[in-house]
Amino acid sequence: MIPELGQFALVLSVVMAFLLGTVPLLGTLRHKVVWQSLARPAALLQFVLVSLAFACLASSFLSNDFSVKYVAEHSNSLLPKPYQFAAVWGGHEGSLLLWVLMLSGWTAAVAIFSASLPLVMVARVLGVLGLVSVGFLMFILTTSNPFDRIFPMPADGRDLNPLLQDPGLVIHPPMLYMGYVGMSVAFAFAIAALLSGRLDAAWARWSRPWTVIAWAFLTFGIGLGSWWAYYELGWGGWWFWDPVENASLMPWLVATALIHSLMVTEKRGSFKAWTVLLAIAAFSLSLLGTFLVRSGVLTSVHAFASDPSRGVFILIFLAIVVGASLTLFAWRAPAVTLGGSMGLVSRESFLLLNSVLLVVATGAVLLGTLYPLVIDALNLGKLSVGPPYFNLVFAPLMVPLLFVLVPGTVSHWREARMSDVFWRLRFVGAGAVLLALVLPFALGSWSAGTMLGIFLGMWVALGSLQHMVERLRKPGRIGGSFWGMHMAHFGMAVLVLGITGVKSYEVERDVRMAVGDTVTIAPYTFRLVGVEEVMGPNYKAVQAKVEVLKNDQVIEVLSPQKRRYFSTAMPMTEAAIDSGLLRDLYVSLGDPVAGDTPSWSMRVYYKPFVPWMWAGVLIMVFGGVLAALDRRYRRNTNQQSVRTAGEALSGTA
Amino acid sequence: MTLSPRQTRFALIAGGVLVLAAAAAFVLNAFQNNLVFFFTPTQVLNGEAPTNKIFRIGGLVKVGSVQRNGTDVSFVVTDTAQDIAVRYSGLLPDLFTEGKGVVAQGRLDAQGLLTASEVLAKHDENYMPPEAQHALDKAAQARAAQSVKP
Repeated sequence: MIPELGQFALVLSVVMAFLLGTVPLLGTLRHKVVWQSLARPAALLQFVLVSLAFACLASSFLSNDFSVKYVAEHSNSLLPKPYQFAAVWGGHEGSLLLWVLMLSGWTAAVAIFSASLPLVMVARVLGVLGLVSVGFLMFILTTSNPFDRIFPMPADGRDLNPLLQDPGLVIHPPMLYMGYVGMSVAFAFAIAALLSGRLDAAWARWSRPWTVIAWAFLTFGIGLGSWWAYYELGWGGWWFWDPVENASLMPWLVATALIHSLMVTEKRGSFKAWTVLLAIAAFSLSLLGTFLVRSGVLTSVHAFASDPSRGVFILIFLAIVVGASLTLFAWRAPAVTLGGSMGLVSRESFLLLNSVLLVVATGAVLLGTLYPLVIDALNLGKLSVGPPYFNLVFAPLMVPLLFVLVPGTVSHWREARMSDVFWRLRFVGAGAVLLALVLPFALGSWSAGTMLGIFLGMWVALGSLQHMVERLRKPGRIGGSFWGMHMAHFGMAVLVLGITGVKSYEVERDVRMAVGDTVTIAPYTFRLVGVEEVMGPNYKAVQAKVEVLKNDQVIEVLSPQKRRYFSTAMPMTEAAIDSGLLRDLYVSLGDPVAGDTPSWSMRVYYKPFVPWMWAGVLIMVFGGVLAALDRRYRRNTNQQSVRTAGEALSGTA
Repeated sequence: MTLSPRQTRFALIAGGVLVLAAAAAFVLNAFQNNLVFFFTPTQVLNGEAPTNKIFRIGGLVKVGSVQRNGTDVSFVVTDTAQDIAVRYSGLLPDLFTEGKGVVAQGRLDAQGLLTASEVLAKHDENYMPPEAQHALDKAAQARAAQSVKP
């Protein structure tokens, strides 16, 4: 009964999304206020209906209703309850339903928090979001219905992929989806602005907090995915340039360019067409990511059962979205006037460089991700583009990006003097150079890459700190967006330092150990004390006990496991990690090695500065949230025209 | 030095185009040098694989071929028509099992032994790496074509 109710709610929500996507938009064309005012209630109702459908699916999972095919394929009666709930998005159908839930949630949020927007704008934005919802809901109902029944009903479910039975994976997809789907709001605002022909500062200001929040979610989601890969895949890597990771990185890069470009559009009225294109690109790349991840063209943990019709549907949807938006852009953009003038050295020019570098980086990632797929689709052979390509290309693009970040934040709008910028940053620059020269000696070895990484991290961190201290000395209320910007930049610096540290100083030992054997990675000694069998709720595991010694004192006991899940007999490595302020100690258990004495292959890793990477990501997320909550976005924007030059010049970006 | 707005715009555009062109040249060059091609064991034995470059092979781990010595492992990858011996140092992925699909990336030596720098298995027990599947399909096709011949 409950699955049928969910199915019914889903069908009703398509109807509601269709109403939302047509009536208010027609109302804006015909100047009918009543039609336009339908947008808000329709958006809220649609959210209620999709939530109901989602709740029905979740309830089927929690009550072990294996007559529902999707539940039978992704759950098991022995699965712990929190994972039964998380299993709702453990497969293709449910994760799409989660996607639509997020989309209708964002739509409802826009409907609620848009009191300061003119009704006609609200009608356009919500209408565009409604049309996107129609596309996804039709996708679910035609190719991937989660409520399909199975007959005869199996005695028990097939269980959730053990890799996904993990707290990190419970929140990773929702966070990432919030980011992906949040880009649809930026997209809807851009399309609404194009429809109205008014690409002005007001549009950019409305769009900014939504885009920044979506960016923060995306950042968090990507960080969680990386963290999960690090401790769950059992070999200590945190970024693999896997196509699926790239699929989430590309929208992030464009979204980062977008939030900076939106600032120029709001403050100076320039970059308008560029900003709109970035908004369209960010959303299109989110859709492309969905296509790559969900269509089964990739070898990955994310690729669920592949069904060609699904891939075709998403590709057509992608083509419609990109084609329609670019057509609209081509039709409307000429009406957009050029913005204010900008000097060769100015905040605008630094931000332009930021956009160019981020877009080139996106293009490079896109090339490396899509080229193998295109070649394969054309039957020209099989090839892959590995991490060496991405590392080689990505780092040189990020170096100038991080470098211009600091002068960009201290330069004036319109026209800045190079000598002023230079003078203001003399201590920051000197400090960063000094630290880059000294720190490698304190940490051990020295290399050009390490120095460059430390320099860039310190350059950004000190630059942000100096700017914050200077601002605190001046009178006046400091807006959330100022703190947010510097927090996000500071987080980036911490992330860069973390990556530099782990890349430069990690020690990885793949060894064979018998009970009593030790491995030393100075100053730590790892001793295998014993190996025993332990039982989990739905698995049996071999668990090693490894003592970590420092100065002959046991400082930690690590228990890595090798699990075998009952339902699938699939082995799983559970690494054991001891995190400190400056380093992680990482041990994972491999297979038993045949020999006279029982021994096991083991990975014993010393991973310095890994916690810094996660801290950096969290600081960036926090910065994004702070910036989005800035009070000035909530003022009645109709009364507020473009901010005065004096305010803008004081650098309260 | 003062520039008119027009000159400024020209300088910005010229600078932007230069940066873009340099970046594109650099990206494409890196791309060219880092493509990893895929071959089936049959193709490797026919001499189609490069000897001086890293490439990938895929197929099944031949049953009974896995030998471990400490953390060194050697095994045979087969597409059911031809076999390639592979040597790898390090821990294997969880789902690496005899008789199941595998993809190995590495360099071929003069004796026809592939020294792998990376071994990939599938992520899910019911799922075959597409490349391994491709190798098996090709071998099966070749056999079918042969049996048709009189």
